[in-house]
Amino acid sequence: MEELKLYTYIAVFGTFAVYFGIAWWARAGSTSDFYVAGGGITPLQNGMAIGADWMSAASFISMAGLIAFLGYGGSVFLMGWTGGYVLLAMLLAPYMRKHGKFTVPEFISDRYYSKTARIVAVVCLIIASVTYVIGQMKGVGVAFSRFLEVDYDLGLIIGMVVVWVYAVLGGMKGITYTQIAQYVVMIFAYTIPAVFISLQLTGNPIPQLGLGSTLADGSGIYLLDKLDMVVTDLGFKEYTTSNMGGTLNMFAYTMSLMIGTAGLPHVIMRFFTVPSVQAARQSAGYALVFIALLYTVAPAVGAMARFNLMNTIEPAAGQNLEYAERPQWFKDWEKTGLLQFEDKNGDGKVQYTADKTTNEMVKVDRDIMVLANPAIANLPNWVIALVAAGGLAAALSTAAGLLLAISSSVSHDLMKGVFVPDMSEKSELLAGRVTMTIAILFAGYLGMNPPGFAAGTVALAFGLAASSIFPALMMGIFSKKMSGKAAVAGMIAGIGVTMLYVFQHKGVMFIPGTSFLGDMGPNWFFGISPNAFGSVGALVNFAVAFAMLKVTGPAPSHIQDLVDNMRIPIGANAAHDH
Amino acid sequence: MEGEGNTTYWQENLRLIFICLAIWFVVSFGLGLLLVEPLNAIRLGGYKLGFWFAQQGSIYSFLGLIFWYGAKMNKLDKKYHSED
Repeated sequence: MEELKLYTYIAVFGTFAVYFGIAWWARAGSTSDFYVAGGGITPLQNGMAIGADWMSAASFISMAGLIAFLGYGGSVFLMGWTGGYVLLAMLLAPYMRKHGKFTVPEFISDRYYSKTARIVAVVCLIIASVTYVIGQMKGVGVAFSRFLEVDYDLGLIIGMVVVWVYAVLGGMKGITYTQIAQYVVMIFAYTIPAVFISLQLTGNPIPQLGLGSTLADGSGIYLLDKLDMVVTDLGFKEYTTSNMGGTLNMFAYTMSLMIGTAGLPHVIMRFFTVPSVQAARQSAGYALVFIALLYTVAPAVGAMARFNLMNTIEPAAGQNLEYAERPQWFKDWEKTGLLQFEDKNGDGKVQYTADKTTNEMVKVDRDIMVLANPAIANLPNWVIALVAAGGLAAALSTAAGLLLAISSSVSHDLMKGVFVPDMSEKSELLAGRVTMTIAILFAGYLGMNPPGFAAGTVALAFGLAASSIFPALMMGIFSKKMSGKAAVAGMIAGIGVTMLYVFQHKGVMFIPGTSFLGDMGPNWFFGISPNAFGSVGALVNFAVAFAMLKVTGPAPSHIQDLVDNMRIPIGANAAHDH
Repeated sequence: MEGEGNTTYWQENLRLIFICLAIWFVVSFGLGLLLVEPLNAIRLGGYKLGFWFAQQGSIYSFLGLIFWYGAKMNKLDKKYHSED
């Protein structure tokens, strides 16, 4: 055990020293460095940075855990969080890069020729990003509480301090280079244990193939078939077919995540850092390569983690684990409060079933599965240490990227762009840093009582982005005539409907006790869960905008020329200010 | 490459986008979701095929689509001398 602690400290402090070193070395000197890294990042570097930025605590820590318990239903995350890149590469990134501005609200204010549009975009963006940061904070709290062996709430507070130091110091230039290092740490931390576990269980070292292979115990049974049998015997739903809330809900959920991906400002901003339109398209491809490396391994991690967990608790039917002889990882996670056992029938053994009255694993937080996975599989201590470092890297890199998006929208888009146009660069940077601090405090406070598992909370953020930003951007490029007033009406209607739906089920701004309908299936509109509602919001946005267009009349001709100019890649300059 | 060239460039681009998004829809929403049950009757090793598309196949297809589109667009950019 002492050896594990030592390795964990070495891995975590070693990687942190590297990140801080890079952030210091590449620290931002100007606003251009701070927001778009001076525009000089190659597509490959950019792809890697997008990968690290994108794959947050939700992807690294939470997603495979959710898949482990949802089975097939977890596919919404896999398809949703990768399919959005297709939309980005074809519908948004090249044109927005051609237009060449720092931020998404700047683009919207140019295209829709109004300050109102800019303010509405900033508000939508802040709501979505803050929700996203809450999800990250849950992941940060889980990772730090396990790593330092403290209670979840204390782990969260320590994590907030680290995120603050890190994000406020760096700016985009520092963050881009640091994220490349974080990507490398993350991908090794994710795939190495997966390779080991896949080898152990199936004899195939490639997790993507191992998941479709037979078990190595000589039984000749396929891993997935065996898993289906084990879970259904205990009354759980069959792993490979268990649906999540019906086909319509899964459809809406996937769509919401996909278009949310394409509407999230911290990802779109990344495409302003490459030198040309061609490079913007390429960046989206490279980003997806780096993302797919983790996303195609995740289903194997999820299924194998579930398999090992079930096997540890009940190695053979009726031979349940003695609580007194529980393994070390079990005890470690009990300390965080995220794993709880209650000996309901007093036999000293662990019963884990789908039946709430006899199930003794009263709390198995989904978000612990990835971090616990290597220990459950009895992997060497250095692998466990590496996973801890990877989880922290994931949470940190995304939290930093998001905080940057939030701070730039407040300081650059709102204060400098609308209220204090003659602000100096120095006070703009200061305003950005103050905004980051407030956002961390707010997100941390809500992270104490998150509205769901990290990945679920993040899904809400995507719904909010999907219903507001994505339709406005897409119509701005593909509908020359779309007018400013119509687009603003669309954005307000889209995010309004989505927020109303989410808040009535999850509480106003997720503050516990303020939900007025309760988070329950029977109250859902056509059975669509709040996490999936962004796609409905996006439809409302499109419909309202096109209806209003009839009323307001088309955009003026100089705006239509601007759109024409966006559509051809010739003559793209570096991203510039105003 | 004046006005008219740009219009054809844009229309060819739209056609490409349409093809790509049709495939994008079919591999994820089609094969991975709407048709998952009939497809699950077919096996790919230990994978049920619908399950495979939902958790693996769709992602590989997305990758192929983005690079194919990027390559096609680079050619189109050259053809209309629009590359900077």
